[in-house]
Amino acid sequence: MATTIAIDASGDGTLTQRSAFWLFMRRKSTIGVLMVLPLLAIIAGLVAYPAGYSMFLSTLNKAETKFVGFANYLFLFKRETFWMVVQQSIIFALVAVVGKAFIGFVAAHAVNTIPTKGQRKWRGMMLIPWVIPPALSTLGWWWLFEPTYSAINWVLAEIGVDAIPWLSDTFWARFSVILVNIWIGAPFFLIMYLAALKSIPEELYEAAAIDGANAWQRLYHITLPMMRNIIAITVLFSIIVTFANFDIVRVLTQGGPRDSTHLFATYAFRVGIESNDIPLGASVSLFMFPVLAVLAFLILRNVRKRAMEL
Amino acid sequence: MADVTLNKLVKTFDRTEAVCGIDLEIANNEFVVLVGPSGCGKSTTLRMIAGLEEITEGDVLIGGRRVNDVPPKDRNIAMVFQNYALYPHMTVAENMSFGLRLRKYPKAEIKQRVVEAADILGIDDLLDRKPRQLSGGQRQRVAMGRSIVRNPEVFLFDEPLSNLDAKLRGQMRIEIKRIHQKVRTTTVYVTHDQVEAMTLADRVVVMNKGRIEQVGSPSDLYHKPSTRFVAGFIGSPAMNFIPCKLVEANGGLAAKVNDTISVPIPADRSDRVRAQVGKELMLGLRPEHIREQRADDGATGVACAVTPDVVEPLGMETMVYFGLNGVEICARVAPEASPNPGTPLTLSIDANRAHLIDPSSDMVL
Repeated sequence: MATTIAIDASGDGTLTQRSAFWLFMRRKSTIGVLMVLPLLAIIAGLVAYPAGYSMFLSTLNKAETKFVGFANYLFLFKRETFWMVVQQSIIFALVAVVGKAFIGFVAAHAVNTIPTKGQRKWRGMMLIPWVIPPALSTLGWWWLFEPTYSAINWVLAEIGVDAIPWLSDTFWARFSVILVNIWIGAPFFLIMYLAALKSIPEELYEAAAIDGANAWQRLYHITLPMMRNIIAITVLFSIIVTFANFDIVRVLTQGGPRDSTHLFATYAFRVGIESNDIPLGASVSLFMFPVLAVLAFLILRNVRKRAMEL
Repeated sequence: MADVTLNKLVKTFDRTEAVCGIDLEIANNEFVVLVGPSGCGKSTTLRMIAGLEEITEGDVLIGGRRVNDVPPKDRNIAMVFQNYALYPHMTVAENMSFGLRLRKYPKAEIKQRVVEAADILGIDDLLDRKPRQLSGGQRQRVAMGRSIVRNPEVFLFDEPLSNLDAKLRGQMRIEIKRIHQKVRTTTVYVTHDQVEAMTLADRVVVMNKGRIEQVGSPSDLYHKPSTRFVAGFIGSPAMNFIPCKLVEANGGLAAKVNDTISVPIPADRSDRVRAQVGKELMLGLRPEHIREQRADDGATGVACAVTPDVVEPLGMETMVYFGLNGVEICARVAPEASPNPGTPLTLSIDANRAHLIDPSSDMVL
């Protein structure tokens, strides 16, 4: 009896240490953490570090030699241009997203009525604006708008309409950047809404038809409620992406005329890189953060709610 | 209240004919079940009555009115779908009242009708729930409630029970029958389950390959099937078909299965089949008409010595499987006979219940 205990004790000592380590390594949560580690490293290096660094930069003076606290932010609050950027960013994001959502919704319905056989072709064609790199397609648009050779103005002249100052008038410049953003972004809504439409069981429409609903009532009572979640998520997601847009404004107007088309990102670039005040540029870009954080929170909450409903 | 008439009804999908010219008269308040294997055109027929499928040829009349070009909402019908098709974002009460709300009924009347229907179906306490909070059987009741509140002239059911488990299906079957007895309305019910067809129907319409094989009361279909398809489709386990030869014997006729088994044809049927003497035919025998020998078998019992391959005790009866003339035969034996696989056994065939089928036309003679 005594011998047995002794062997057990000596064996247990080494066994527990080694097997505890292996048990820890084999736990699902450990493996999970290990597997997302590369991604975490990338996020830390490419997102967390730059974000933290720009927060640090925003507290320095222009020469980056002295800590100035919130002085850069307070300075921005007093600038009229900054408030114009705030206003333009909001107008740009809201109008563009509503436009994209509306066009995507209508186009999704149109594509959905095409018989399945020919649908692929149309779906593919309608995705083109979204697939081309925006900087390139925006160059194409710039050529259409550009005052000297504007193809659109040429067509307008042919039908007897005066040339429109697409990029040099405040209203038309804002109109143009929003138009191009809608053109590029609408296909994303089209695809999301088309998928949502296809997931609505045909029987619901048949039941509604027997219940006496006409086309508008079917849209209002069946389609919209069934798509509510996907509409909410795509709109929130798109507001984030649109709000943080850079390339369209950069290529089309460089923020002009008179800074009237600047968004946070392009204004931060103008102030920080082109005017060589990196701390002030960092402060501008950080203003996006609270807005985007609130939107991201709303999206995540929405997704969680959706997951719970399933 | 209305009768439904189908006149030479045809439906073609991309050159394949799903329904090939159906004629059917459904009387006011009658419960008619369309039954058949999948792809036989029964659902398509129902959807044409509902107006969800365009009619290629022929006419549908509801209450004497031709409704071919009348949209579903103006046909005064209600339909229960296989997947219930409840609106997931509406509560039970909203689901049930949707049709009435669209038709702008007064609020008080809507409420009263919903409460009445919920009462009939026993779902009064579920009215504020969403469909996803309900079990399959409850959803099924709500789907029926949605139809009942509309007080339609015709009820259409499209395989309403096939998504339920076996026990619930049995309960809901009784429920549907009870509701039909309470709310007398013309009903067309589609199913592939012959038990549902037999238990629910005033009249059963057996369909196959887009055509009607036979229309009749459940007992007619069981006792007097007119085609081999109906004979094999109605009844469970299915009827046995044994190759045989019609011969003259002892002054009458007999279906000779082999040298030892010869089933005499009853005198009242002999005249009908006399022309077939000498031909190879099929002997149709239901499992319940091949059973253990009993003292009261009498003259119509034909002894038949077999060796069972498989024995399936089910409690109240025992199924015995054996080979005969190259086909597997199923017999239904009382458990007291205690058959054993491999042990020879003498069974008794009820000659009065045998059917003769002409294999060339598949018609029951």
